Amino acid sequence: MFRSRVKLVLSRFVQAIPTLFGVIVVTFILTRALPGDPAVYFAGPAADAKSIEQVRVALGLDKSLPEQFVRYVGDLVTGDLGDSISTGQPVVSDIASRLPASLELTLFALIISLAIAIPLGILAATRPGTWVDHLCRLVVTAGVSLPVFFTGLALVYVFYYQLGISPAPLGRLDFVHFAPPAVTGFFVIDALLDTDLDTALAALSQLLLPAITLALFTLAPIARMTRAAMLQVLSSDFVRTARAAGLTRSRVLFTYAFRNALLPVITTLGMVFSFMLGANVLVEKVFAWPGIGSYAVEALVVSDYAAVQGFVLAMAVLFVTLNTLIDIAYTVIDPRVGLDG
Amino acid sequence: MIRRSLSAMAVPADAAAIRGSSRNTLKHIGYVLRSNPMTMGAFILFVLFVIAAVLGPSLVPYDPLKSDPAAALQAPSAAHWFGTDDLGRDVFSRVVVATRLDLFIALSAVAISFLLGSVIGSLSGYYGGWTDRITGRFIDTIMAFPLFVLAMGIVAALGNSVVNIIYATAIVNLPFYARMSRAEVNVRREAGFVLAAKLSGNSDLRILATQIFPNALPPMMVQISLNLGWAILNAAGLSFIGLGVRPPTPEWGIMVAEGARFIVSGEWWLAIFPGAVLMLAVFTFNMLGDGLRDIVDPRQRT
Repeated sequence: MFRSRVKLVLSRFVQAIPTLFGVIVVTFILTRALPGDPAVYFAGPAADAKSIEQVRVALGLDKSLPEQFVRYVGDLVTGDLGDSISTGQPVVSDIASRLPASLELTLFALIISLAIAIPLGILAATRPGTWVDHLCRLVVTAGVSLPVFFTGLALVYVFYYQLGISPAPLGRLDFVHFAPPAVTGFFVIDALLDTDLDTALAALSQLLLPAITLALFTLAPIARMTRAAMLQVLSSDFVRTARAAGLTRSRVLFTYAFRNALLPVITTLGMVFSFMLGANVLVEKVFAWPGIGSYAVEALVVSDYAAVQGFVLAMAVLFVTLNTLIDIAYTVIDPRVGLDG
Repeated sequence: MIRRSLSAMAVPADAAAIRGSSRNTLKHIGYVLRSNPMTMGAFILFVLFVIAAVLGPSLVPYDPLKSDPAAALQAPSAAHWFGTDDLGRDVFSRVVVATRLDLFIALSAVAISFLLGSVIGSLSGYYGGWTDRITGRFIDTIMAFPLFVLAMGIVAALGNSVVNIIYATAIVNLPFYARMSRAEVNVRREAGFVLAAKLSGNSDLRILATQIFPNALPPMMVQISLNLGWAILNAAGLSFIGLGVRPPTPEWGIMVAEGARFIVSGEWWLAIFPGAVLMLAVFTFNMLGDGLRDIVDPRQRT
């Protein structure tokens, strides 16, 4: 049985390969669908016909599309996404240096969101018709209607301008503190590792508002799914049997019901990540957060195509990886998987 | 002779049944609207949004593009309900006039993805096999991207314009319609009325268009309403980061973006009002979708 499970986990990895291939095809099409002639664009505004031709040959644009595609894949394998026009750096190193900021924000938001949404969903399912249930319904319907950039600005207005408890929405650290020595790239954790409590708190206070904004957005789908899954499991036969057998309330709720309800919740996490990585861009713009989202927005404004396409590809690869991890988590958690396979 | 009299008898009976059922449907809709105040409220808001979209420019008290430096950055008052922006333009007028553009973008995007998605989904659900596998792979590839990020990439590649915002939103919405119509068509493929239609010599496409698809339509309608809200959010998000709509065109997303600079100095009305109206529009379509679901399928109520 252990063996069949290892096999399943491996097959999940294999299943990600065609998806990844599709992603690369789409990003290739996007880079070739640039308005006008890419060679003219990359040669710059001052180029004459000869230098445009040089750029065309240098970029391989004079070859056939399949040849261009092979070359594109070859570049990707060696980690070459082209150079950004605005920063002058390779896109890969730009993205790599900004990724920790985005990950810190996204992961922190996810933790907040899970910590609120799952208890809320469970409470709403176990106490239908009470105020918790109504609160859950309100959160679920209002949450999906909230534009993240609007919630972010509203929070800034209340907590920075009105109450003055939050720092200015300008990046990861104020001007007083210096970035801690990089270990994980997460400022809060790095500062704690450096035993610099002051900087850790400063970084945390910068992180709090954007993370809450992002968490509010993802709260709704998780709470909705937890509630629905718990309701379904609680009305099932094995829970009735467990209750009839006189097991304690908490044992029925957590050992029997919650573990089974967790599976559909994990499945929805895939969709949640899709929303979250998109919303991340908007939140980073509102809070001037120096992650890859704001990098892409800056690149979009100046038509820095290599940077934008690199960003799209990086996000897609990240998303496919997350989905594969979710699938694997599902395989590992679900006791039924692997028994019939 | 017998046949003719039979059909002559059948027609009035059918007509009466149809009239009866449509009256019942209306009754049911009325009942749902009355018993669910949220849906009723959403319906009223929806009508208001439609009025604003159709008549907006002729209803507003000020020209949404006319600047008045003397009246810049005024807080909400009786003269300017939502205040004025940094150029002295009336925020209320701009918010109302923006309704048309925002709804237009969302509606056209959803219409495109509904048409394309249901054709793709119906064909793959009906024929199965290779058609299904190829379209399935195509849909999976779109879903392999975070949708908003893909929309950004598409707009960046196609060029920065309102039309391309519509296309991008339509493409990222496509999978939902394709998957849904595929599932709805698939369960009806072997239904009795489909086999009967086949036996009487109808072609596959005719059966798909006249027998199966109309039956799949009600759940698709719910999806459209829920999706419209998301399409509005998506389009406003894109224009918030500077894609598509250009200033000084009034549009909710770009108004929030322009007003964002003034939040930290306390001029909240520039960004909060367009943002709140945007939120209200999305909320309206979501509530309407939930209400529609009650009408179409009362069992799915949560």
